[in-house]
Amino acid sequence: MTTFGLDTFGDVTLDASGTPLSHAQTIRNLVEQGVLADQVGLDFFGIGEHHTPDMPLSAADVVLAAIAARTSKIHLGSAVTVLSSDDPVRVYQRFSTLNALSDGRAEVILGRGSSVDSFPLFGYDLADYEDLFEEKTHLFAELLKGGPITWQGKTRAALHEQDVVPFTEPFPTWIGVGGSPQSVVRAASYGFSLMLAIIGGHPARFAPFSELYKHALEKFGRDPLPIGIHSPGHVAPTDEQAREEFWPHYLDVISRLGKTRGFSTPTPESYAHEVGPHGALFVGSPETVATKMAATMKKLDASRFDLKYGIGGLSHESLMRTIDLYGTKVVPLVQDMLA
Amino acid sequence: MKIAVLGAGHVGPVIARLALAAGYEVGIAGSGDPARIEMITEFLAPGAVAQSASDAVADAGLVVLAIPWHRFSTLDPRLFAGKVVIDSMNHWPPAAEPLGTSEEVARRLVGAQVVKTLNHVAYQDMEPAGGRAVGLAGDSPAALESAAVFLERIGFDPVPVGSLAAGRLLEPGGPVFGVAASRQEFEKFTKEQS
Repeated sequence: MTTFGLDTFGDVTLDASGTPLSHAQTIRNLVEQGVLADQVGLDFFGIGEHHTPDMPLSAADVVLAAIAARTSKIHLGSAVTVLSSDDPVRVYQRFSTLNALSDGRAEVILGRGSSVDSFPLFGYDLADYEDLFEEKTHLFAELLKGGPITWQGKTRAALHEQDVVPFTEPFPTWIGVGGSPQSVVRAASYGFSLMLAIIGGHPARFAPFSELYKHALEKFGRDPLPIGIHSPGHVAPTDEQAREEFWPHYLDVISRLGKTRGFSTPTPESYAHEVGPHGALFVGSPETVATKMAATMKKLDASRFDLKYGIGGLSHESLMRTIDLYGTKVVPLVQDMLA
Repeated sequence: MKIAVLGAGHVGPVIARLALAAGYEVGIAGSGDPARIEMITEFLAPGAVAQSASDAVADAGLVVLAIPWHRFSTLDPRLFAGKVVIDSMNHWPPAAEPLGTSEEVARRLVGAQVVKTLNHVAYQDMEPAGGRAVGLAGDSPAALESAAVFLERIGFDPVPVGSLAAGRLLEPGGPVFGVAASRQEFEKFTKEQS
């Protein structure tokens, strides 16, 4: 079965005059976006934890709970939870609570964190980030088994026959992977689903990651698990409109991020390539985006696609239109193409 | 010639694939037991051999450091004496002041000939190399020559930017970091800096 979702990092949006909305209004709008995602029949709505003034979604699970109260079908989750700088017990408790509130609709996507603002904020050293993720993923996997837990490690207090509440049904857990092969193997070893974050370059270059994952699952004696894709995009009635709306904001955001992460500063040529059939941006008309999604899902043997919509500087109204077109036009087209 | 790639994370397998495609023999090492990266090697750099760092480096003509900077201090400097070592690492998060990692690499790996390159290209932009210009900094003319031959064979256009200290040009915050700069732009920045 294929499933389709939307992810957001909760970027601050602009009003009609180009003025940024307040954090509070941004967060309230996000609830409306989640409710619309449910109304247009999508399977998943995810919020990525961030801690910056232009992405103020530091407590995504609280927002997800508000969406849960107003929806009935859509699954709700993180995209991602920066587990390395969080306490696995608290993450488990928060998402178990969300699972209870939503009647079994919680999902978690765990990540090492490619935006690293949470490390100094919570007093963690970036140099430890692999060890933190390794150990905390292990603890999270143990918590998901349910029942009293006994655990010992270096990153938090030991647990002895400890009940961790609330008790709920297990919820789907994914590991978000941006390019670390170790994370692929780790996901397989714990029996977590694999979410490939493809944010630049040819999506087909991730095909060996899918193969590695399937092979690793087999080697660890596990049943097949879903592979998902998370990629940025923007949908408008025409290709031209979508590309023009997205470009200035993409240029702005990637230029700023590139200075620390090594991304190339976008040029009109590189942008044309990224929105084309061999790039990682799913920007265009419903037909264009659907065609590219179907091709990418086939190539990577993925059964889930989460479009990361919205980028700093777009308006709430424009995001609502993307959600509507994605749910009512893009997804049915992809389903036909994959049928 | 054999290339040793140290690092089996984001960058290492990409460089290993490029080297394999260019006809090099490749040994790849992660941290610790090579068995840990056998599966990764088989799927992401088929044809490369998963080895311990010391085995990978021992018979290599060129060594590429593609490990996180904070792991650098765990390498045994004795392995690298007499080797040409490409430093593709970066301070991460970026240091407050652009500070050459390679000068520290050279200081610690006594007897190695260090060349700074590839650190300024994101791993997703490395493949295919497509003749992309890459800066090349080092103090040893022979090592610069070996590194340039390697880079050319795997598909890049190496542009010398000066000494190891001048390699700071390539660091985060510098004008070519994460930028698809042309050969002419590299040459212009090099001239401005000197």
